[in-house]
Amino acid sequence: MTELKESMQKAQARLKKRHAAETRFKAFGIGALVFAFLCVVMLFSSIISNGYTGFRQSYMKIDITFDESVIDPQGKRDFDTLNRADYGKIVKQSLYDFFPDVKKRGDKRTLSNLVSSNAAYTLRDMVVADPSLIGTSQSVWVMASDEVDMLIKNVFKREDDESTRPITNKEIAWVEKYESENRIETRFNTNFFTAGDSREPEQAGIRGALMGSALTMLITLALSFPCGVMAAIYLEEFAPKNKFTHIVEVNINNLAAVPSIVFGLLGLAIFLNIFGMPRSAPVAGGFVLALMTLPTIIIASRAALKSIPPSIMEAAIGVGASKMQAVFHHQLPLALPGILTGTIIGMAQALGETAPLLMIGMVAFIADVPGWINDPATVLPVQVYLWADSPERAFVEKTSAAIMVLLGFLITMNALAVLLRKKLERRW
Amino acid sequence: MQTTIFTFTVLLLAFIGYYMGRSRAVATVSGDVRKLHSLPRHYGYFVALWCGVPALVLCVLWMLFEPYIVNTLVLSGVPNIDPDASSAVIARILSDVKFLAANGVGRGADDPVMVAAAEHYTHLKTVGTASLAVAIIAFSILGLVIGSRRVGADLKARNQVEGLIRWVLLASSVIAILTTIGIVGSLLFEAIRFFGKVPFTDFLFGLEWSPQIALRKDQVASQGSFGAVPIFAGTMLISFIALCVAVPVGLLSAIYMSEYATPKVRAIGKPMLEILAGIPTVVYGFFAALVVAPTIRGFGEAWGLDVSSESALAAGLVMGIMIIPFVSSLSDDVIRAVPQALRDGSYALGGTKSETVTQVILPAALPGIVGGVMLAASRAIGETMIVVMAAGLTANLTANPLQAVTTATVQMVTLLVGDQEFDSPKTLAAFALGLVLFCVTLCLNVVALRVVAKYREKYD
Repeated sequence: MTELKESMQKAQARLKKRHAAETRFKAFGIGALVFAFLCVVMLFSSIISNGYTGFRQSYMKIDITFDESVIDPQGKRDFDTLNRADYGKIVKQSLYDFFPDVKKRGDKRTLSNLVSSNAAYTLRDMVVADPSLIGTSQSVWVMASDEVDMLIKNVFKREDDESTRPITNKEIAWVEKYESENRIETRFNTNFFTAGDSREPEQAGIRGALMGSALTMLITLALSFPCGVMAAIYLEEFAPKNKFTHIVEVNINNLAAVPSIVFGLLGLAIFLNIFGMPRSAPVAGGFVLALMTLPTIIIASRAALKSIPPSIMEAAIGVGASKMQAVFHHQLPLALPGILTGTIIGMAQALGETAPLLMIGMVAFIADVPGWINDPATVLPVQVYLWADSPERAFVEKTSAAIMVLLGFLITMNALAVLLRKKLERRW
Repeated sequence: MQTTIFTFTVLLLAFIGYYMGRSRAVATVSGDVRKLHSLPRHYGYFVALWCGVPALVLCVLWMLFEPYIVNTLVLSGVPNIDPDASSAVIARILSDVKFLAANGVGRGADDPVMVAAAEHYTHLKTVGTASLAVAIIAFSILGLVIGSRRVGADLKARNQVEGLIRWVLLASSVIAILTTIGIVGSLLFEAIRFFGKVPFTDFLFGLEWSPQIALRKDQVASQGSFGAVPIFAGTMLISFIALCVAVPVGLLSAIYMSEYATPKVRAIGKPMLEILAGIPTVVYGFFAALVVAPTIRGFGEAWGLDVSSESALAAGLVMGIMIIPFVSSLSDDVIRAVPQALRDGSYALGGTKSETVTQVILPAALPGIVGGVMLAASRAIGETMIVVMAAGLTANLTANPLQAVTTATVQMVTLLVGDQEFDSPKTLAAFALGLVLFCVTLCLNVVALRVVAKYREKYD
């Protein structure tokens, strides 16, 4: 009796232990999932908290006297004179007039750096559009410099020690004078979407990178979609089961796993050095990315074609269609939703790809917005990389804002793919 | 611009050919289409293809080879080029000539040789374009005539058209092979040139890597400056850290999702991991440099440790986060492939869920999981942007994860970005590294795919 009791007790204890182990194991699993979740949350929160200010920009209202003796001393009023006049001087004069007691040369230079060098272009555009402004005095909103912008957005904190922030107490006092007269406000940063890259953080925009990405994607899609779908059709429907077909299939699977940077080397050695494609141009980038996305599209298209029941094909052939007609008139349209889903996912990968494009020179500083596929350009992820490398603090928010735009595109594309799969894909 | 006009001309002629072929076919049987072998439109396609394909092939060949031919001809007209001049010098001369030809001003505008070369270039371009235009139109019209003369009731137009389409389909699937050949060829070619300058064994077993030195004019490519061991060691260190993060987290979350989770949790967990997989690597790199590296540095300082701001730990950690979804989705696949009968057997003997997982499912799924981990490792070795942005640039032979190390991909980027000189061992070294990287990832993949396939067979 006691023996039985003892062994019962032992079993009970063992069971307790085993259940504890069970709970522990389950906790590990939950822990892993929570860790992954926290990573996602941290990633997004750090990007968004750094980046949302990038969509706003500080502007300063300064009193400008459009001095005729500076802009157009001879009174010609023609485009050339107005376009080339020294508007920077007028901007500076306005700041000096606002602080008449600033006399030292060094101080004056610091003072003139409160507004962005973009202010001069704002004035130029105003005068070119309306020459009658010359000789008048106006209050004009101009872009503040990146340091003032950082101060207004409280990235550089006023209560911090002067030596730990790039903006001095003197400059803060000047800014505060403007603030006290309500001459500073932050607005939606349209410049971020309309300007190309710039060395000045406050003037830098993603228009050039967006355009470059669009052109590159255009080439990638135009090459990889038809090639990928045709290759998938061949391998799935027409290829004889022989050694050659086997080699092609193994090859495609291995290509899908080749590191992306190796495709960059291929582009550099073959597309640039042998075919003589222009460096830094979307056409070369598009070719490289097309080769990279090809395996993704082929694999997805084959899966989509395979999921169509053979009865469709048999029925078509039964009523007298050739195999080619059966494939192109019946199989392909039915498989198209699946193929498109795979293509969108492949395109999203290509849109986020950076490394191979560094190899073919799309990493140069390019201020102009590219117009066509031969122009030097950069793409959105490379722009992110370039800005992330810049030392100015203001580029951190620009980088994060550009990442938010990039992620916005990727999320839209993936959501579209999911939607397409849910709405159009048929279950047989 | 010109090619666009040519293409449109050819397409227009092909369009005309389509209607010619169709109406001709209908006319030959005087309207009774039942007597035709194929549908009337197949005759249209037949003529259109005869008209368009040869001309377009010619156009593509021209586009591929024209720059090369013209450049060679122009250069042969410039007498005083140093025969040993590097490709960069020649490229500069060529771009000067082209600029001069296009704008009439520029570098070398006062040099009669250059002006002559520019005129020669313009002349060649004009003659070339004119002859191409004539050839293309002649080809199209010839094709149109040949095609439409062959149209008749007995012509098996459909079979011929479909035969051609079949060839086009085959050609598309061969592109994948051509890509591989291109990769292997270019890597091998440049790497062999590199090994002609730096001995193979020095590269593979040398302990010192300082490629910048070899660029200085007064110094011959010094031996030992291309020893890649520190780079391989750094790559392994960072990949190892990444796997230490990704394998436990990925595997455990896969087990939890397939064995424990309610459908609701799975509906949230799966997309969440997919989000991790969809984030571009440049974003991870920014995250590593902006958030993770300073945090680790701060922790290290609090503990009194000397942590580099580009520590291997930060890069490895973030890379680990990036490959979690690879490990988890691959493990999920193999765990699901374990037959339910094995689970049921274990439960019937009184095993708890965790015992079933660790003692039955994992041993059964082990080959598949190992394959998945190998795929993840190859992903980690080839990853570029995270390490470029968060790992160090100087080679450092150490196993300390708190110090900065460099990787093969980082070196490839730093060696090739902004450098057009193609003859220096410095740029060629990038191709040698690329070759090693390609071989290693290829081996890992081939073995991993084999292992996974073998494992699948076992339970199918």
